[in-house]
Amino acid sequence: MQKIFASPREKMVGEELVQPGMLSCQGCGAALSMKLALKGLGERTIIIIPASCWGVIIGAYPFSSLRVPVIHVPFETGAVVASGVKAAMDIRREADVTVMTWAGDGGTYDIGLQSLSGAAERNEDILYVCYDNEAYMNTGIQRSSATPLGAWTTTTPAGALKEEPKKDMEKIMLAHGVPYIATASVAYPDDLVRKFEKAKDIKGTRFLHLLSPCPPGWRIEAAKSIAVTRMATQSGVFPIYEIEDGTYRMNIVPAAMIPVEDYLRSQGRFGDMSEDMMQSVQEQVNGRWQELLAQAEGSKK
Amino acid sequence: MAPHRQEIKEAVPVRQVIKGNIAVSHGVRLSRVKVISAYPITPQTTIVEELSEMCATGVLDAKFIKVESEHSALAAVVGSETAGVRSFTATSGQGLLLMHEVLHWAAGARLPIVLTNVNRAVAPGWNIWADQTDSASQRDTGWIQIYCESNQEVLDSVIMGYRLAEEVLLPVMVIYDAFFLSHTSEVVDIPEVSEVDAYLPPFEPEYRLDVRDPRMFGGMMSPDYYYEGRYVMHRSSRDVLHVYPRMCREFQERFERNYDLCERYRTEDADLIIMTAGTISSVCRIAVDRAREAGKRVGLVKLRLFRPVPDAHWRDALGSAARVAVIDRNLSAGLGGVFASEVKNALFPLTKRPAVYSVIAGLGGRDVTPQDVTGIIDQVLGADDPGETPIFWGLRE
Repeated sequence: MQKIFASPREKMVGEELVQPGMLSCQGCGAALSMKLALKGLGERTIIIIPASCWGVIIGAYPFSSLRVPVIHVPFETGAVVASGVKAAMDIRREADVTVMTWAGDGGTYDIGLQSLSGAAERNEDILYVCYDNEAYMNTGIQRSSATPLGAWTTTTPAGALKEEPKKDMEKIMLAHGVPYIATASVAYPDDLVRKFEKAKDIKGTRFLHLLSPCPPGWRIEAAKSIAVTRMATQSGVFPIYEIEDGTYRMNIVPAAMIPVEDYLRSQGRFGDMSEDMMQSVQEQVNGRWQELLAQAEGSKK
Repeated sequence: MAPHRQEIKEAVPVRQVIKGNIAVSHGVRLSRVKVISAYPITPQTTIVEELSEMCATGVLDAKFIKVESEHSALAAVVGSETAGVRSFTATSGQGLLLMHEVLHWAAGARLPIVLTNVNRAVAPGWNIWADQTDSASQRDTGWIQIYCESNQEVLDSVIMGYRLAEEVLLPVMVIYDAFFLSHTSEVVDIPEVSEVDAYLPPFEPEYRLDVRDPRMFGGMMSPDYYYEGRYVMHRSSRDVLHVYPRMCREFQERFERNYDLCERYRTEDADLIIMTAGTISSVCRIAVDRAREAGKRVGLVKLRLFRPVPDAHWRDALGSAARVAVIDRNLSAGLGGVFASEVKNALFPLTKRPAVYSVIAGLGGRDVTPQDVTGIIDQVLGADDPGETPIFWGLRE
């Protein structure tokens, strides 16, 4: 039976639905994210995993590192397979089971966007999680539309760094009118667990965007994984906020923002960026941060 | 009110004049399908409309997921079937081609989904008319394929499809011609619900997505396991050849209609046997009768099951004839007719083999009349050698 925990912090050391045997790299944010997510969701959860690092991390047949049911599905079908599973669970009178899609950024921003849009428009009662490591990491670091401007990947090599800013998935989901949208990361585990607990009890399509550090792809030391991810939020590059029924709330507001350049210079993937590019990213970050603060402020009124 | 709406109200056994697409909807209703997902495409659309109506009025107690593509339609029912609920989808032509990846997935995952495909020509150019290239080109996906000749056969095949699929754990594709069946009204006996219940037990798979018994489905599989998984899938497909005759007998006992793996028509003592699938079969019956009246010993074998290939049955049905003419309403460019190719393959083990004449006809919905088939019969009887290339019947300059 599921235990009742007094606080997220207590939950961290409680029941484990993630078992040893995961095939993740050292310092993998995606693996830690799953551990924390299941702390918030509990055992009455079914997970849909489209092609992604997690298709590997979980383990190969006949082993699984998760103690909840899992179905692996084609790359572009994460949200729609969840729709089918949810329909079946309702018919089987197990409507309380959380049906969660757990997809990477490629499976969300790129190839899975159509079926995600379809599910969101139908407001399917599913929890869609994008663990975003900002490139196709499982295939060996190729750019996705979630890759930030200026990043090196094997398809945006030195001399042809990515020139386009990252797609704003939260705005895309907001345009669908879904009831809950939130960002979170492993650098703020209490916030992350709380959001899963909250999302679990909301009806309709819920979208959680987790920034998920990837030491091999970001060109960082495994031991720096959490610290670098925290800098993403402290610099404003990855703001942590939630949008509930259209109402914005900033969840982490750093006392003092650090320069975007500090975040970028902490990772090898941004090593070829020019000063000008860094400056333009700083300006974009400033603009988006002010926009979010204004939306959160406006939501209070 | 849509003119077809009245057709759904009856829940008792009745004889009605209905279109093929409406017959499908009744098959789905009688099979007590619980999850439907589909995307509209001509000429499948009236199935989607009819099933929406049935769900809206409560005639059918099912959840209809109205998705944004055919790829998603099949993916949605991959989800619901894995969770242990009987599910259905329908498509046609381009839609079936878009599903291709998920067709392989559904079969590999051993999900007993039933899909009806209304045969439609493949673009370009845009053509919504009958042509079997869409389904013939899905022959290696692992799906059981059943080709139908009448609206009655379409309805019955949906019900039989679930029975077969759930017994061997492979998906079933029920296939019929655009417009010649989908939009043509025929007399159809609609069985009683209780009779279908007695024939088709509720779906309760041994393994499903279940939080009380967590399992992983469809994950990574190393070379140490993958090969055997595919072998087992092949064995299950071949098992159909044993399972099908038994469930077909049971169907006949209960509903008094028989559907053999392939159907023989006046093949006794035939010098020439025509083999074809779908509605061209009906046309061939007329041509065969006329040929018989003219003293020519001609028969027909209607292809019904195409995957798995009932090769022994084909050898038995065709092997005694001197000549076999296979009429394909499909084309594998660079090969010829798909059915002809597979018939040749099946006949090869015979020491004394019929000469197989491959005939392409009716692509893109071009009409094939009894006169056409009579012409084909005369051309085949007049040619001592099938030649290396198919006969492209009715080709215009």
